[in-house]
Amino acid sequence: MAIITVDGKDIEVRDDERLNVIQAADRAGVEIPFYCWHPGLSVVASCRMCLIETGQKNKETGKVDMLPKLVPACQTPAKDGTVVITNSEKVKANQRFVQEGLLLDHPVDCSICDQAGECWLQDYYFDYGHQQRRADIKPFTSRRRDLGEHVTLFVDRCVMCSRCVRFTREVSGGGELQVIDRGSHAEIDIFPGFPIDDKMSGNVNDLCPVGALCSQDFLYQQRVWFMQPHNSVCTRCSTGCSIQIHENQEHLYRVQPRYNPNVNDWWMCDIGRFENGYVHAPERINSVKRRNDSQWENLLWPQGLLAVASAWTEAALRHSSEKLAVVFSPFLTCEEAFLLASYAKQASPKARLVLGKVPIVDEDETFKKGFCIRAERCPNRRGIEAILSHFQPDAAVGWGDFIAQVESGAIRAAYVTGNYPEVWNDDAEAAKFEKLSLLIVHDLLPTPLARRAQFVVPGVTFAEKDGSYVNHAGLLQSASWGIRPLEGTQSDGQSFGQLLGRRGLFQAADVMQELAKVVPFFARAADGVPEAGLNLVSGTEKTPRTTELGTVTHPTPTFRSVASQLVEIDVQTA
Amino acid sequence: MAEFEPVLTANIHKPDSHTLRVYEQGGGYQAIRKVLGGMSPTDVVELVKASNLRGRGGAGFPCGMKWSFLPKDHPGPIYMCVNADESEPATFNNRILMEQDPHQVIEGIIIGCFATKASTAYIYIRYEYPTAFRRLQAAIDECYAAGLLGKNIQGSQFSLDIYLHRGAAAYICGEETGLIESLEGKRAWPRIKPPFPAIEGAFRKPTVVNNIETMACVPHIVNRGADWFKSMGVPSTGPRDAGSYGPKLYCISGHVEKPGCYEMPMGVTTRELVERYGGGVWKGRKGKASIPGGLSMGIMTEKEWDVPLDFAGPGKVGCLGLGTAAVTIMDETTSMIDFLHNSCRFYAHESCGQCTPCREGTSWAERIVHRIKAGKGRLKDLDILLDIASSIGIIPGTTICGLADGAAWPIKNAIAKFRGEFEDDIKRTNPTGWMVEEAVEALELVGLGTGH
Ligand SMILES: Cc1cc2nc3c(=O)[nH]c(=O)nc-3n(C[C@H](O)[C@H](O)[C@H](O)COP(=O)(O)O)c2cc1C
Ligand code: SF4
Ligand code: SF4
Ligand code: FES
Repeated sequence: MAIITVDGKDIEVRDDERLNVIQAADRAGVEIPFYCWHPGLSVVASCRMCLIETGQKNKETGKVDMLPKLVPACQTPAKDGTVVITNSEKVKANQRFVQEGLLLDHPVDCSICDQAGECWLQDYYFDYGHQQRRADIKPFTSRRRDLGEHVTLFVDRCVMCSRCVRFTREVSGGGELQVIDRGSHAEIDIFPGFPIDDKMSGNVNDLCPVGALCSQDFLYQQRVWFMQPHNSVCTRCSTGCSIQIHENQEHLYRVQPRYNPNVNDWWMCDIGRFENGYVHAPERINSVKRRNDSQWENLLWPQGLLAVASAWTEAALRHSSEKLAVVFSPFLTCEEAFLLASYAKQASPKARLVLGKVPIVDEDETFKKGFCIRAERCPNRRGIEAILSHFQPDAAVGWGDFIAQVESGAIRAAYVTGNYPEVWNDDAEAAKFEKLSLLIVHDLLPTPLARRAQFVVPGVTFAEKDGSYVNHAGLLQSASWGIRPLEGTQSDGQSFGQLLGRRGLFQAADVMQELAKVVPFFARAADGVPEAGLNLVSGTEKTPRTTELGTVTHPTPTFRSVASQLVEIDVQTA
Repeated sequence: MAEFEPVLTANIHKPDSHTLRVYEQGGGYQAIRKVLGGMSPTDVVELVKASNLRGRGGAGFPCGMKWSFLPKDHPGPIYMCVNADESEPATFNNRILMEQDPHQVIEGIIIGCFATKASTAYIYIRYEYPTAFRRLQAAIDECYAAGLLGKNIQGSQFSLDIYLHRGAAAYICGEETGLIESLEGKRAWPRIKPPFPAIEGAFRKPTVVNNIETMACVPHIVNRGADWFKSMGVPSTGPRDAGSYGPKLYCISGHVEKPGCYEMPMGVTTRELVERYGGGVWKGRKGKASIPGGLSMGIMTEKEWDVPLDFAGPGKVGCLGLGTAAVTIMDETTSMIDFLHNSCRFYAHESCGQCTPCREGTSWAERIVHRIKAGKGRLKDLDILLDIASSIGIIPGTTICGLADGAAWPIKNAIAKFRGEFEDDIKRTNPTGWMVEEAVEALELVGLGTGH
């Protein structure tokens, strides 16, 4: 145990934690402002915002030897006996000077800047800046240039912290960003003709503490203070990045990574971040539909589901139930799959439980520091497999076998869940379902297969529902809903619960408890799923609190107003 | 004092002084033979330590001590970087050594590498020195041909390669870790310390960085001993002063009749330099001020010209230090506003731009002085300038490297020592402006301000 004294207050730090003084002070409840430091990047100690006074306490005599000059807190390790002063006049004078310097040529176009509201320069100015401008420089150019498909640079807003540059060199490895020119003329740029266009580019927008790097996709879409963050899990590949979804009035505006050392650290890829258009796609299926010849009839809730259930029961009677199959999409949550599997076994005891199509795109793409976009582009294959093998221990059935059995007539009725973010089947594949007497398709988008169905049940996206996923490494993580299900739809858990004849509202946490009791694979989740997940395979994982500094990409709003924001959310989801 | 006999410049007036033949005729490459003939690396380090040789690159760090910081028994490689970036304004003593007597420098480097067990030396030379570059390269080639460089030098176990690396012209490449970054092919952004170069320098290996002139002193110490070296210069005046020993190349430039580079024992005064060597202030004028050792050291008034130019002297009159011992003389007609403008422009142009206080402070100071020069100065500008100057640098701890201190000192000294001139100039060139402003401030003081 190391004892560190911050502004007279002693705190204990475990020896293996290797904290710097910014982090140690945070433990003591003292904020040290900073720009260039980021826990996931190398230390350059160049912004000089975090300077503090420090010294060493002599264990025997208790005497403190202070260093005569200011030192960067980001570069100073918190060791036993380290004494830190963060509130002396000397420290404050430097903070004022740095703020004043950064604002010399800053356009202060906050009113049209996307970052306003979560801008460190803005926030720190109120806490650490001068009250009155001494410089009579009237700058105000606001040059902008695009650095890549998702990244645009407002050149004069940059505070030259070099986080973006270090990210491309150290984490993504593309090295696209660089500093050009010198001194106060220094700017961020790309080499002509080599834009930042790898699949991690969006992270530089998060890293930028000011409004210099902005997301082309989010630009001018929404003021940040109108949005509410919700903890979620990305469903676009089997890495399953921890994310936050930012929403206002039932519209999903922005997706950002959420720190999780078990999965994605501070990062996420551009697919999960930007390719979320399907959530608000106008063509989404928005009611239960029944096909009468070539006419679609919209059914109301809950009658629509009752009609589906009775058609299914009828099919189970007509064919023997082993000629029925239920297809579990790897986009379903564990809770949903559990309910649907329970329903399938209840209504058609011998029905075959099939793992739906597992989309594979190219190969795993691993970046310099180890971040990986997996070829398996779905969130929950492992979770579904664990549940199916519990309900159907003998023969696992995959999508290919299933199609063959459909074609051969071995299967006569099928309930197919989809919920893929894109159209996942084509006419040729759909034609193979010719022989079925009953096809129920539960999906987001009107795919060719859905057009052939007798019944279509609307699914919802990850953003609209609570539930848990098991990633490629066996980590179980829970996501919470951010926006309400599209008008005319309801959450999938609700639908499967109703099929099963359950009353009341679907509560993912309750279903997870049940699942943990019934399926041993999920036993560890009996007491709930912590923010950073539970590894069901290895049995160990790290459990950071996102309220702790160094675990967030942004000090604002997630860190600076931790007390108000994240804790509230924690309570809501708990 | 007995008449001083030049040491470092003993050869430079001979014809073809830059060739191996002339250097050897003058007794060159004897020191390396002595070292290889029976001294151990530790012997050499101890000898240099005993001589109290202090770095000539600007900071005056004891050379032997720097060498002894290298990790013991390191498996290698260890690198030596020889700093020939010489971009401190008004400094050209390294240039004389490299152009006129490159072998002396190379002999010093070979001994330095032997002492530090470095297997490779890089001479980082500024782009603007084409003659020095060619002559050094030619000298290196001659040494390889003569078995003074390469594998098993003079039949010994010791091998060494020297590479000449040409910079692309930036002041910051002279800062030792900026130099290393640049050598590695990166942007010359000085590194944070620790780790110091002695532990992790070029290519992440232990590295010593020394100035050209420092290296040139080494063969003479080996040849003639530490006591001989310490017989010149100014002894230590107290426990915090390591003394200033040995010969030193002083540059004199500016408003003197005979600008040039002169060798003298440490501790000559500015007045002596001007009068005995520089031929007096030019055009029969009087002196007004001088720069003691490169612009970064600040400014001395004519009254302070009797302070000895040793490592401790300039500090006694508020300057930063001896620096590169490059003295620039300004005559009585020189405007201090022009001086400061030029100085601020230099540092704003050369700041590498990574530390906020230096990047913004130097640029802000430049713009303020520019405005004063343009006749739009205000009296409170002087206080803002002083505030900027005291807020930037490694002395207050707010920057990574010493460039910001170098930027601060001319501002501090010029305003402290010539405040009257600045005030008069502002009042003269902006007669109404300053009054309006004082009036507004006075009103604000009594609570009648406009309240913004
Ligand atoms: C901004 C800046 C520029 C410097 N430029 C030079 C230079 O051009 N040549 C030099 O020898 N040292 C220069 N130095 C000093 C070096 O950092 C270093 O202290 C020196 O090379 C060490 O050599 P020495 O111990 O032999 O003096 C500079 C330092 C700073 C802060
Ligand atoms: S663009 Fe943003 S992240 Fe990059 S250096 Fe500038 S302020 Fe830092
Ligand atoms: S002090 Fe100035 S020149 Fe030195 S590293 Fe910092 S910004 Fe660069
Ligand atoms: S955060 Fe420490 S210097 Fe930038």
